[in-house]
Amino acid sequence: MLSTRNVNKKFGSLVVAEDISLSLPPGVRYALIGPNGAGKTTLINLITGLVAADSGEILLGEENITALKPYQRVKRGLVRTFQINTLFPHLSALESVTLAVLERDGHAHNWWRGLPAFSAAADEAFAILKSLNLEKTANRETRELAYGQQRLLEIALALATRPRVLLLDEPAAGVPKGESAELFAAVEGLSRELTVLFIEHDMEVVFRFASRILVMVGGRILVEGSPQDIARDERVREVYLGAAHAA
Amino acid sequence: MASVNDTRWRPLEIAFWLCTLLPFVLAPNYLSLASQIAITALFALSLDLILGYAGIVSLGHAAFFGMGAYTAGLIAKHYWTEPISALLIAGIFAGILGYALSHVIVRFRHLALIMLTMGFGLLLHEAANSASVLTGGADGLQGFRVPEILGFKFDMFGRAAYAYALAVLFVCFLVTRRIIHSPFGLALRGIRENATRMPAIGAPSLSHLRKAYTIAAVIAGLAGAALTQTTSTVSLEVLSFGRSADVLVILILGGAGRLYGGIVGAIVYMVARDQFSGVNPQYWYFWIGLLLVAVVMFLPNGILGGLSALHKKRQ
Amino acid sequence: MLSSAVGVLFDGFAYGMLLFLLSVGLSVTLGMMNFVNLAHCSFAMVGGYATVTLVNRFGWPFLATLPMAFLAGAFVSLVLERVLFKRLYRATDLDQCLLTIGIVFISIAAFAWFYTTDQQSARPPEWLRTSISAGGINLAGYRLFLIVFGLVTTGLLFFFIEKTNFGAKVRAAVDNQRMARGLGIDVDRAFMLTFALGGGLAGLGGALAIEVVGLDPTFALAFLVYVLIVVAVGGLGSIGGSFAAAVVLGISDMAGKYYFPWLGAFLIYLVMVGLLMWRPLGLFGKR
Repeated sequence: MLSTRNVNKKFGSLVVAEDISLSLPPGVRYALIGPNGAGKTTLINLITGLVAADSGEILLGEENITALKPYQRVKRGLVRTFQINTLFPHLSALESVTLAVLERDGHAHNWWRGLPAFSAAADEAFAILKSLNLEKTANRETRELAYGQQRLLEIALALATRPRVLLLDEPAAGVPKGESAELFAAVEGLSRELTVLFIEHDMEVVFRFASRILVMVGGRILVEGSPQDIARDERVREVYLGAAHAA
Repeated sequence: MASVNDTRWRPLEIAFWLCTLLPFVLAPNYLSLASQIAITALFALSLDLILGYAGIVSLGHAAFFGMGAYTAGLIAKHYWTEPISALLIAGIFAGILGYALSHVIVRFRHLALIMLTMGFGLLLHEAANSASVLTGGADGLQGFRVPEILGFKFDMFGRAAYAYALAVLFVCFLVTRRIIHSPFGLALRGIRENATRMPAIGAPSLSHLRKAYTIAAVIAGLAGAALTQTTSTVSLEVLSFGRSADVLVILILGGAGRLYGGIVGAIVYMVARDQFSGVNPQYWYFWIGLLLVAVVMFLPNGILGGLSALHKKRQ
Repeated sequence: MLSSAVGVLFDGFAYGMLLFLLSVGLSVTLGMMNFVNLAHCSFAMVGGYATVTLVNRFGWPFLATLPMAFLAGAFVSLVLERVLFKRLYRATDLDQCLLTIGIVFISIAAFAWFYTTDQQSARPPEWLRTSISAGGINLAGYRLFLIVFGLVTTGLLFFFIEKTNFGAKVRAAVDNQRMARGLGIDVDRAFMLTFALGGGLAGLGGALAIEVVGLDPTFALAFLVYVLIVVAVGGLGSIGGSFAAAVVLGISDMAGKYYFPWLGAFLIYLVMVGLLMWRPLGLFGKR
């Protein structure tokens, strides 16, 4: 579904991505793990087009999307969420998700018809909020929501675009252990046809939700495999898992 | 915050627009001032669209005001004096200029954006100054008259002038109100709230911004044309940095992003200026400066913002 | 033909030095704190009027007033920074613009009240104003003075920024404020002192400008555009960038006035717009 071929990127002399080639088939849940500074978020930025790769190709399905602008990639179904909440502070939760739905359907350029005429979009937005247990926050401004609710809103915005491939950048970042259960129930509840890649540091979560794991170190993909393979892999233990298990 | 579907007219709004008819009866000697206020309010409304709703800080919006003003003046001088057709053409010309500039403007943020908008405004001002054969240069465009609109004479009592300016303001207000409450309006607010998130939900932000900038340019052009037609004169000042700065102050004073902010700001500012017009111009600068400092420090959302906060406290 | 070109270059370079003095403080403080201070030229006005007062009212010799102009600019900018500006470091660009424009308006009104709107003059000594003949060209003495003064100041600034401890802290803060704080650098104090230094240089520039462009209360606005052009084109936080941009602007302006007088300031604005479109962060900008 999503694949990259020999993607490279460096900032000055700092190599953040070296020869990244990966292939994510549809419907599979991937976890991307690695120590801080390994280049995981940068990889998402490269795939979504926020950062231009120095060389290499990115393909969505059969289509080469390397030359497409970020919003065009989203329109083709490649969507991401942000590690730090990147929301619309003064828009209500409902307005935010409705906006995403309107953009998806190509109605956002319409300046002549009032929003009430687009109630279908608002209804769909409300349904998405409800599926994430956010319906009570629908009419409250984003900046008034609790942090955990905002993280869920991040996912709601992504879902509103009807993604085929969803890249979640540390979806539970900053959410206390007690509240992250709801978050991951939401991730678990995602459609089985969706290809999901999430960056995560919590190994329990990784082993629970991912069917495949990618390990990234120093800008390179170290190894890819099933959770059991990764848990047994010597190199991974050395670089990463050893420290996590001790903690 | 209004919910997604709340686009009804509030009673206060209806009362306000009815009150705009009062000057005909209550202040017949001030109708010229009233028409100036209406035109300035329209200009401020156009700036609100790009500043208050899309978040583009422009220090050169007078470029479109002036474009509309000169277009209307040149039509009246060389072609015909019927105002409404000239008004529409002026709006179109200003819109074309806005559309052209928008391709550059929307690619920049922060200081570069401020400087570019200012730079384009200054360029147009200098060009008009130099092209005196066409524009009259520093003396402005003279020697023409727009005698009447739909049979009503533009006389020194200003009745026709105010009626005309008010009508143009109201129509543009209706259009702007519609835009604000449309999906496009929501998209503009999205850009203002978080420009990074918009592409991530598939929004063609640059295209949205170009459209908003063009529409704002058209409305500013209509305001400029109305000024020309109600006063039968065009001065070079319509393109000046001072006018760009003034309209910015007016909008901030009233409260940006609140639809009525430009109108409120225009009323307060111009009534005050008229009252103090006898006073030395230096004093005027002093009080405006003080006002700006006070607004930024204590009333960051302008008069309407302050009233809204007061209203919330009472509840 | 050639002598007029050299003359234009010479005058332009001198004018550029003046613009540099007026602008460098703004460039560095913008680069450090991203604080859009449109009142920067008011500090220049303060320095100018300080010199005018000392020379005309108290009979000081022109050169002796220059350090006072510097101190006046530094003092006023410091006071404004401590009392008002530091509250708005996290505010939006727009708010900072509006506040500082308000200060400009107030300063214009204040100086008009105390000094009237007349042009002021404060003449430098005779020996500075004599022309020097070199290779068949007449070089105005005062402009030569400006060039030398400007180059010396630039040299001192470079030394200060590159070789001293404090300069290193300033560079660190411009590069990455958060990191600098994390390293224990007192960024606020560094900024305060840099702001004062910038204001002082502006005051100095204002005093030196009297002989070249005169002084009246509208100076704060009239030169703001030029200063902003230098800063935007040169790149925020870059002394070298300010220098280059100031020289380019000074020479372009002189060349424009000499060769294409009917264009007026059109050429300058066109150059600025073009340069910004090509390099939105300025020729040497980092952010």
